[in-house]
Amino acid sequence: MASVSKKTSEKDYLCKGLTTCEGCGMELIARKMLQILGPNTIILTPPSCSAILTGISRETGWRVPAFMSNLESVGAYASGIRVGLEVLGRNDIHVVGFAGDGGTVDIGLQALSGAIERGHRFIYVCYDNEAYMNTGIQRSGATTLGAWTTTTPGGKTNQRKDVARMLLAQGIPYLATASVGYINDFANKINKAKSVDGPSYIHVHTPCSTGWRFPAERTIEVARMAVQTGMWVLYEAEEGKVRITRKIRSFKPVEEYLRLQKRFSGITEQVLQELKDYIREGYEFLQEREEKSGK
Amino acid sequence: MIRKAMDGNMAAAEGARLARVQVVAAYPITPQTPIVEHLASLIAKGRLAARYINVESEHSALCAVIGASLVGARVFTATASAGLALMHEVTGVAAGCRLPIVMPIVNRALPSPWSLWCDHSDSMGERDQGWIQFYAENSQEVLDLVILAYRLAEDKRILLPVNICLDGFFLSHTTEAVLVPEQGEVDAFLPPYCGQNLILDPQEPLAVNVLTGPEIFTEIKYQQKQAMDRVFPVMEEIGLEFARRFGRFYPPFSAEFCEDAEVILVTMGTMSGVARYVVKGLREQGKRVGLLKLRVFRPFPGKEISRVLRKAKAVAVIDRSAGLGSLGPLSLEIKGALYTSGLDEAPMVRSYIAGLGGRDITEETIGQVIEDTFGTLGNPRDEYASKWIDLRKEEC
Ligand SMILES: Cc1ncc(C[n+]2csc(CCOP(=O)(O)OP(=O)(O)O)c2C)c(N)n1
Ligand code: SF4
Ligand SMILES: [Mg+2]
Repeated sequence: MASVSKKTSEKDYLCKGLTTCEGCGMELIARKMLQILGPNTIILTPPSCSAILTGISRETGWRVPAFMSNLESVGAYASGIRVGLEVLGRNDIHVVGFAGDGGTVDIGLQALSGAIERGHRFIYVCYDNEAYMNTGIQRSGATTLGAWTTTTPGGKTNQRKDVARMLLAQGIPYLATASVGYINDFANKINKAKSVDGPSYIHVHTPCSTGWRFPAERTIEVARMAVQTGMWVLYEAEEGKVRITRKIRSFKPVEEYLRLQKRFSGITEQVLQELKDYIREGYEFLQEREEKSGK
Repeated sequence: MIRKAMDGNMAAAEGARLARVQVVAAYPITPQTPIVEHLASLIAKGRLAARYINVESEHSALCAVIGASLVGARVFTATASAGLALMHEVTGVAAGCRLPIVMPIVNRALPSPWSLWCDHSDSMGERDQGWIQFYAENSQEVLDLVILAYRLAEDKRILLPVNICLDGFFLSHTTEAVLVPEQGEVDAFLPPYCGQNLILDPQEPLAVNVLTGPEIFTEIKYQQKQAMDRVFPVMEEIGLEFARRFGRFYPPFSAEFCEDAEVILVTMGTMSGVARYVVKGLREQGKRVGLLKLRVFRPFPGKEISRVLRKAKAVAVIDRSAGLGSLGPLSLEIKGALYTSGLDEAPMVRSYIAGLGGRDITEETIGQVIEDTFGTLGNPRDEYASKWIDLRKEEC
């Protein structure tokens, strides 16, 4: 937990005592994000675990204005809010979409990509717990190959869809990946997104003890292991120029990451090999992009 | 006021311009496309101080205007058919968040099979979503109703979104003379919008549209119902002011030749023009037939309508949507209104389906409906069915 910021002077804009599960990575990210963005923020959450923060009936966890959007249209709502604020001359407000991986890489991809194409200024944070958790652990496009979910009872048969890479190809002023295990790295990236005059996208790996089947106190450990094994790479891209923000000189064996979670208990040798290939290809791709960006 | 030739689509766009909308988000679909092209052009030329959001779907179009409305901008979008069906999930959000969005629906049949042409199946699918629904008969009405709709929707007693339904091609693409009010006159009638209800503002943080439990969901729905209940009185007040300023009055429906009519025909949209022509002709021949043209379908002016209809012996309702598995939706509304009016003897209500997927509703069609209904007088029938009056039987 060494890298978790101890700066208690930062004001919280998310209440305590929320009904997320014990050890929820998503909640930590939301809290940190708002500490940096501050009160002049409008937040959008689609149906997902993040909706727990937006509340129920008369209660909300946010101390900033929040709107519960539809699952597929965070990007479109963000566009409308931004343009509405602009016509009314209110340019000092952050518009933030805070959505899960399912709401981002599957059903919400079209609206997100559209909003990015339009160049509207908003920050989109995808917290990736690698499944539809709020509906009870079903597969999403972001679920890792081989992982058990209730709709992939024999393990997922496809590689994960890398939407950060898709958006890198689309073109976006600021894009980053992050992890709840490296909170200062995440904070730096939110800080950068804050001053971007256009869309920014941050895709954060947020392990979920409930859905991944590991003890709640190990969220940060699992998150860090994902980065150290190369299953999750921390990088950013400013105007398409890639920089790996946490370079890994020698990866730990991916088995060390998989072993921490029951969702991978049924994994086969073949899947293991495919995961290793995936890790290598992913890192090489980023290294190449980084090299080219440097020139 | 100047006289200008324009079709229904242009009238809708001009209405939006005169209403000084601030944000437009739309996705093109036949037959709505000219509305959004015209607005995009007005904005590009600086003739309308608004922002145009080029969205990538109708779902996003409505979400974008909901977003802009939630921070206090006056917003506009328009759609038709499949586009409206795609929006369906969020039409309820617009209404539930009590946002004064105005959205013309250029009526076009819903697939399948694909059709480019008019019927009311698209807007009928939205009838219980909490929007006020107007059905226009001509371009003048379209332009006027857009302006009226903003005033009504933004009234603190109402705060409901409004659809203006206009028949695809028959109205959207037919050019007529329209009196276009001066901007100053419209400004005097429609003051700038100032969002005050559910507003996303960091100065006063609110969580909007949250997951809502059974202990309060019903009450929130009831508030929407109460707003619906206030529409007619508020609309009359606003409508009278509109009439004073512009010389045109738009009641929820108009009844012509109904006083002593044995048979009353009920219509909506452009078919009403043909119906009026046929009814007038039959009156000249001494036939006791009347016409009730409905302008506001939601809320449904059931009580007022039943007062007119109860004097007739039979009522013939023409629905421009199939009402599969039941009767035409308008005929069901009429039946419901008459049944609850407390009369011992309500007139017989006949349900006719016509004009689907762009089929013309001709003088002949209207004539057949009226004749068929007269034929049932003194000859009551025990049936619960719609009559598809313009069917080409050889094809079935
Ligand atoms: C249009 C629509 N389809 C399905 C749902 C049901 N649903 C609610 S949350 C959810 C899963 C979202 O998954 P993700 O975005 O990954 O967020 P998480 O629950 O994991 O936090 C689904 C499918 C919905 N609300 N709306
Ligand atoms: S299911 Fe996972 S993401 Fe959802 S609240 Fe629980 S720990 Fe957090
Ligand atoms: Mg998820």
